[in-house]
Amino acid sequence: MKHTISVLLQNKPGVLSRVTGLFSGRGFNIESLSVAPTLETDVSCLTLVTVGDNNIVEQITKQLHKLIDIIKVTDISEFEFVEREMALIRVKAEPSTRAEILRICDIFRGKVVDVSAKSYALEVTGTCDKVQAMIDILRPIGIQEIVRTGTIAMTRANKKY
Amino acid sequence: MKITGAQALLKCLEEQKVETIFGFPGGAVIDLYDEILAQDKITHVLVRHEQAAVHAADAYARVTGDVGVALVTSGPGATNTVTGIASAYMDSIPIVVFTGQVPTGLIGNDAFQEVDIVGITRPCTKHNYLVKNINDLVPTIREAFYIARSGRPGPVLVDLPKDVMATRFVFPEPQQVKMRTYRPTYEPHPGQIEKACQAILKAKKPVIYAGGGVILSNASDDLTQLARTADIPVTMTLMGLGGFPGTDPLSMGMLGMHGTYYANMAVANCDLLIAVGSRFDDRVTGRVDAFAPHAKIIHIDIDPTSISKNVKVHIPIVADCKHALTAMNTWFARSEEFNAKTEKGNHAAWLREINDWRVAHPLGYVDTPDVIKPQFVVQKLHELTHGDAIITTEVGQNQMWAAQFYHFNHPRAFMTSGGLGVMGYGFPAAIGAQMAAPDRTVIDIAGDGSIQMNIQEMATAMQYKLPVKIAILNNGYLGMVRQWQELFYDKKYSATPLDVAPDFVALARAYGAVGLRATKPSEVEPVIKEALATKNLVVMDFVIAREEGVYPMVPAGKATTEMLLV
Ligand SMILES: Cc1ncc(C[n+]2csc(CCOP(=O)(O)OP(=O)(O)O)c2C)c(N)n1
Ligand SMILES: [Mg+2]
Repeated sequence: MKHTISVLLQNKPGVLSRVTGLFSGRGFNIESLSVAPTLETDVSCLTLVTVGDNNIVEQITKQLHKLIDIIKVTDISEFEFVEREMALIRVKAEPSTRAEILRICDIFRGKVVDVSAKSYALEVTGTCDKVQAMIDILRPIGIQEIVRTGTIAMTRANKKY
Repeated sequence: MKITGAQALLKCLEEQKVETIFGFPGGAVIDLYDEILAQDKITHVLVRHEQAAVHAADAYARVTGDVGVALVTSGPGATNTVTGIASAYMDSIPIVVFTGQVPTGLIGNDAFQEVDIVGITRPCTKHNYLVKNINDLVPTIREAFYIARSGRPGPVLVDLPKDVMATRFVFPEPQQVKMRTYRPTYEPHPGQIEKACQAILKAKKPVIYAGGGVILSNASDDLTQLARTADIPVTMTLMGLGGFPGTDPLSMGMLGMHGTYYANMAVANCDLLIAVGSRFDDRVTGRVDAFAPHAKIIHIDIDPTSISKNVKVHIPIVADCKHALTAMNTWFARSEEFNAKTEKGNHAAWLREINDWRVAHPLGYVDTPDVIKPQFVVQKLHELTHGDAIITTEVGQNQMWAAQFYHFNHPRAFMTSGGLGVMGYGFPAAIGAQMAAPDRTVIDIAGDGSIQMNIQEMATAMQYKLPVKIAILNNGYLGMVRQWQELFYDKKYSATPLDVAPDFVALARAYGAVGLRATKPSEVEPVIKEALATKNLVVMDFVIAREEGVYPMVPAGKATTEMLLV
């Protein structure tokens, strides 16, 4: 099963490498990972998505917690939460497909962020599944480049853990 | 008054009550060595290879119960420590390793003798640091010692750039270490203690499975009290030996791959398994689904990641072993139900069942009149030292025979590289142990292969007049690997015969030590007696039965009930 794990960590050199080293060393998998500072400047929030049965995810959270620089580990998939991912997608745009691309972009509430004679760059935000769906639909038209942020997530208010 | 980083480091060591450090100098730590010479509170032991410094610090920590310290230079000095650090990590031994580093301005430049030792040791330290700013130096060292000795202990590495060691600053006031992100749990949850004790009360066939955590938390007495009060037989892991008296009638000796038949049978048939400071290692469990298949499992461990990692646990207790066992002993002292039982916790029927297994397949070996059996040597060592020596081991058959036949009655008397299994651990460990306990007899039970991995330390032992005894069980083979080849690879002895070996007696003499050799069983006792009476480094070369095996043996991946017996 897919789990989204939120990790608060001290913003120090090498901390990210402790986390990724833990995953590679113990054979846990990482589907996506994103890190950025929080309100406190010396604390970062790392969101990672992993797949594994309950035992594995329990080990992952315990092992993460054991790392000295880590403040808090929450498997937020145990709660109600919102998750978002953003992608930038460059699609081949020919006179015959331009309208189609814009329509698809609209349906997914995406934005055109760059235009050239032969391509559109689109921005889309949503759950990982939504982003994936848009990519799948654009694929036959001709995707030239994709950059994705990885998932970030937050538990819903009043459902606090 | 301003002092240098190097002076501050020594001040920190004093603050931590460090008396002995093991090290080897080089360009990056030359400032530190200059300061070491200028003081007399801390003894520096000059090893002959940095790996030995770490193993010695490891054993020093095990004997004293405090933190062991090693100091080495950058680059090759640092990389040479990795095996020692990894071994201490696997065995949860509190050590702090200081490595020199190139000046901060050169870090990342592929400078001479630069290596990213913090990166290299990240997965095999409890934590590690690179100190780039002099103001971080003292708090970092205080934190390093605190982390090494608290919670589940382990090695911490502190990398010290040369310029930081030379910088002058004002030494900060002593301060209690407080960390936001690291707070080990020592106290058990009372509800879990209640559940565990109730389970013990109900159990008909309980077994205690004790590991190194019992020794690390100084909980041997508490464990012994619990076992005797509730009448529970005890088996120990390699790391747990000495955690419960090996000659006590309730002791079943070691379990697992080379454990006793009766310990493995007891675990396989028990209805309650009480794991204390042990971690369900594959060498203990064998095939996991056949390990204690009928048992409810209680697991006491200070490290939550150990619990339910390999085997599902029913009553987890995250706590220091000593705290948890004390709470359980208090519970039993107060329990009316327990104390009202006429037979107390008596498990006579269960103990009889175990004894039948013991009688059917005791731990033993076939003695021969003209060839020395290694088990006989270990038994003689036990007898002639009255079981009171500190024993270190190398790795292989020698290690298992030591574990099986030297019935450890006390904690902190058996030092072996359990988790990593490092050949070459035993001799430097003996040096560290002898530094920690100058008046005790310290014996390294060695193999002819392993001893050659750190044999250069004879010079160290001689320099510091350490009367360590090395007992080489010389079979002319990398014996443990040969045993696997004998059993599972059609006796094809690939790369295991040690066709060329030094004359260990002559080698000892070359270092100024004493060399003794026994080739017949009748010579074993006189050689040991002479060694024990000699106040010098002694190498005893016991020429043993070449193809003797270690039994019982559970083949890797098999159930622990599928033992190959003598
Ligand atoms: C550094 C290291 N290299 C290799 C091994 C693999 N190994 C385990 S036991 C063993 C044989 C040890 O031979 P010896 O020291 O003569 O001991 P014996 O088994 O003969 O008693 C070997 C090679 C190891 N444990 N450590
Ligand atoms: Mg050998």
